[in-house]
Parts: sequence; structure tokens; C-alpha cells
Amino acid sequence: MKIEANNLDYRALNEIVRSSQDREVEITGCLGQRYLGAGLSGKHIYIEGTPGNALAAYLDGCEIEVHGNAQDAVGDTMNAGRVCIFGNAGDAVGYAMRGGKIFIRGDAGYRVGIHMKAYKEHRPVIVVGGVVGSFLGEYQAGGVIVVLDLNRDPMGIVGNFCGTGMHGGEMYLRCEEVSHPLPAQVKAERVERLEDEEILHIIKEYAAAFSLPVKEILSSPFLKLTPNTDNPYKQLYTNN
Amino acid sequence: MLEGQFRNPSGCAISGVIDRSGRRMSGECMIRSISTMHDRSNGLGGGFAGYGIYPEYKDYYAFHLFYDGAASKKETEDFIGSHFDVAFQSAISTRKTAGVTDAPVIFRYFVLPDSRKLETRKLDEEEYVVRAVNKINTEIKGAYVFSCGKNMGIFKGVGFPEDIGRFYRLDEYEGYAWTCHGRYPTNTPGWWGGAHPFGLLDYSVVHNGEISSYDANRRWIEMYGYKCNLQTDTEVITYIVDFLLRKKKLTLGEVAKVIAASFWTTIDSKPEEDREQEILLRKMFPSLLINGPFSIIFGYTGGLMALNDRLKLRSMVVAERGERAYIASEECAIRAIEPELDYVRAPRGGEPVIFELNGGVK
Repeated sequence: MKIEANNLDYRALNEIVRSSQDREVEITGCLGQRYLGAGLSGKHIYIEGTPGNALAAYLDGCEIEVHGNAQDAVGDTMNAGRVCIFGNAGDAVGYAMRGGKIFIRGDAGYRVGIHMKAYKEHRPVIVVGGVVGSFLGEYQAGGVIVVLDLNRDPMGIVGNFCGTGMHGGEMYLRCEEVSHPLPAQVKAERVERLEDEEILHIIKEYAAAFSLPVKEILSSPFLKLTPNTDNPYKQLYTNN
Repeated sequence: MLEGQFRNPSGCAISGVIDRSGRRMSGECMIRSISTMHDRSNGLGGGFAGYGIYPEYKDYYAFHLFYDGAASKKETEDFIGSHFDVAFQSAISTRKTAGVTDAPVIFRYFVLPDSRKLETRKLDEEEYVVRAVNKINTEIKGAYVFSCGKNMGIFKGVGFPEDIGRFYRLDEYEGYAWTCHGRYPTNTPGWWGGAHPFGLLDYSVVHNGEISSYDANRRWIEMYGYKCNLQTDTEVITYIVDFLLRKKKLTLGEVAKVIAASFWTTIDSKPEEDREQEILLRKMFPSLLINGPFSIIFGYTGGLMALNDRLKLRSMVVAERGERAYIASEECAIRAIEPELDYVRAPRGGEPVIFELNGGVK
């Protein structure tokens, strides 16, 4: 099904998408309509334009492709499925995400992957090709965040307060070191050559999604961030 | 139920455009831009500021006034008549618009300070105007000056911004820069005077956010003769910027470092020169740090500045296309009026982005 979104209100557009019997849904001329794909499963949604906030919120198994930039709160509390954004994404990507994958070709904003969590076989994944703003993985409790900085942006790969309050999961930053100091609850370990099967698989899948040279991506060292068990999060604010 | 008796989740939308070659655009573009963010507003306030819209009276202060009736109008006109030379006055022409109700009486005056009074008061012209405006707004019941700059004007009211824009016939005005605001008031009543933009002289502020430092900021700025009587955080931002720019002669970049100062830990990690400057500014104006989420567009003669709070708790993007530069809460509001952009990006928290007319501010 093809939908020309131009002047459709977000309620109307979402209603058309939800009630469509087709697996393949193509939306063109998207301009700020919120909540696309919210809670949906079993569809492949192709979007041209600028989808509005909370794209793929609570997503439960769709494949969503955005040819353009996404705004704020992509994949809020997302459960399953895959979102590929060919441009940039705004703030709070994957907030409290519980499963599925978000792949961003360009940059993402502040607060990427905050409160991300994992449970049993559910392990959420975010991969950003460019750079991100401050508070990456703040309070991260599980899952995997990868930032690649493919263009070696002079802004630096992450902003301030990366991993503050992190107590689970892991982050992989494709860099030698971060320009801003990391909080004491985070342990940083330099990985000369990525060998972890799971991470290699994630990066290969990401590279395939955007037709990027995987060898080149993997030829640089990474910084692996995990919670520092010697200095755990529970003592950040109170001694309990 | 009246506003204030229930909780509104915070929203608000802002948008702005400037043509740096000075070419003028009709206000229609801002109406189209802000209408894509309709759901960020709740119909309790909308407004616009246009720069370069009164070329035929560009040397006069353009006063825009709300009146609740004939008595306040008479009292105000007596006051204006005895303190200013009025070159032209008329009702601001409006269009009957669905969704805009209970409009006050709206008038416009092009004025210059009475030269003898100005001489005896020993004030500079701008300060004379500011004090007169303050006097009308605090002492004449039912009268409110909501715009008082030269060659610019604010148009605002209660309604959705796109309806307010049509109500004021903004398609009939042309300016080189525009800003606009869709309101989603959280803590204060929605009324015509309380809509954004807030203005003082040619300065205007549109703001999406909720300032937790309001009272600290207010107490400090009131020591310098400003009166915050509207209970809105945007009013206090306007006065802070006026104080720092017009009275303390700070640059816009320095103003940004005062109101959206970096954390001390962040300052510690900066190169020495930046560190010293930021420490100095934080120490000089500690009570003018604006805390809490905000994104603002500050308009002035010849330019626009975009600024986010230091934690970037509100969304904002900037973009350029040739001579035109754009600022908005959401990218869609820019794409709606310029689908092809040279770039679009999200400035970092506390990073001021300034777009000015080529050849600087005139």
C-alpha cells in the first residue's frame, strides 16, 4: 500500500497504516506526523520525508525504514523489530528500549539509549554511524549501544556525561579515547580488534543495512564501556 | 475547567526564519511552518514577531496595544499624547477567524519621544520608551503595550498560532525575519498579553520550556528596575537579555554563557581562555543562570539567536538554504516551508546559534 502523507493529520495517517491489510506500507511526503508504527508488528513500513516524534514507540516487531531524518524519541520503549534511519535522529533515541534494533546512518542527539534494559533473550541494540550528544547511555541497565563516528567528526564521538549511572549492558565507541571524562561508575577498556561474536554480527548487519564497508569499520580500535563493579552505581547518590 | 485547575503536559512550539540578504517575506511562511507543529500547542496562545515590517515608519517606535475598553484607551492615549509625538495611529486590522474569540481592542501607534520631555528627563531615548511602556503596563488598568520596537512588530493572542496569524492578516505584512510561537501554557493562565513573543524595544523572545529558576532570576532582575508582573518565565528571560545586552553591553555569545552557563565540571575541562571567561561570567551574574528546560529564539534588529538550556531538555534544530536560515522545535516545521536544505542540525545544549543580516546588524 502506498500513502501520500502530505497534509494528513497524524491520527488519520496512523489509522490508515494500522488498518492496512498489506505487509508492505510505503509512506511518501511524510511531514512531522507523530507515532508512526507505534505498537505495531508484522509490517514493513518504508517512509520518505520527516516522520514526527515518537516514531516506532512501543514497536513490537515491524521493520521500519526512514529515508530522511527522524525527530525525537525514536523507538521509545520499543520491544522488538528493526528501525533503519538513513539520515540523522533527534534526542532520546531508544529511551527505555527493551528489545529490537535501531540503526542510524548519521548522527543522533542527546540521551541516546537512556534507561535501556535487557531481559532473558531480549537484548536491545542501537548503532549510530555518526556521533551523539551528551548523556549517551545514561542509566543504561542492559543491551548494546555502538557509536561508530564514521566521518571522524571534530565535535567528538560523544558529549558530556556519557554512561552516568550505567549499571548494565555495554557500549562500544569506535575511538581511541573520549574527549570528555567518563564518570567513575564506568569502566573503559580498549579493544584493539573486535572479536566478540555478538558485536561483530551486529556491526555486519548494520553495514549491510546501509551498504557500508564492514572491513573498514572494523579496522579501528574500539573503547568498550561497562559498569565498573568496583564502584557500583548504588553509591552514586546515597550510601544504602 | 479553567486553565490552572488541571495539569497540562508541557509542549510549545517555536519557529523562526531570517533572509540574510534582507529580502522580505510575507508572514504566511511562518503560519505554514508553525501549523505543522499544531499538536505542540493547545490553543491557549499563539504569536509572531516580524522584523522590517514597517519600512515607511522605520524611525518610529511602533506601539501595539491591547485595551479592554474605551476608558483604558482614553487614559492611555492621553498619556501617550503627553509623552510622545504620534506620527500615525490606527486600529490594527484583523480578520474574523474561527478559533479566535474574545479579542481585546487592538491599536497601533507610531511614536517618537517628546523632545522636550526627553531633554528634561536626561534619559536616553530607549530608556525613556522602556519606562513609559512600563508605566502604562503597570499603572493603567486594562491597557497593555505588547510591542514597542522600531520597524518590527509583535502580533499575539489566545488561539492556535496559525489562527492568530490569519486573524492579524500576517500574509499582508513583509519582513526580513519572523519568529513565532505556539503555546501550551503549564503554570500560568493563557491570556492575550501572556502569549508569546514577549518584547521590549526591538527585542523579542519566543520560548518553549519551563524555568525552575524563575523566582531567583526575578528577584535579581527586579533589583534593576524591571517589574515582572505577568508571572511568566518568558517575561523574565526578555528582561534578562535586555539587561545584559542593552545595559551591560555584553555580546550575544556572552549572554548565552550567562543564561546557559556550563557546569563547573565542564568548565574545568575547557582550554584556559574559555575557562577564564566562563568563570568570570558565572561569577558576575550568578543569579541570571536560567535553570530548567528551555529552547528560545531571541529576535533583534538584524538577527536571530537560537539557544537551548545547557542540558538540552527541549528540542530545537537549525538549518540553512542559501541566504535563508531557519530555526524550529521540529525539523518538519522547516521542511514545510523549505523542503530542500543545505544542512539541518541540532545545536548542542548552551550553544548559541546566531544568524544576522549580511553586513551585520543595521
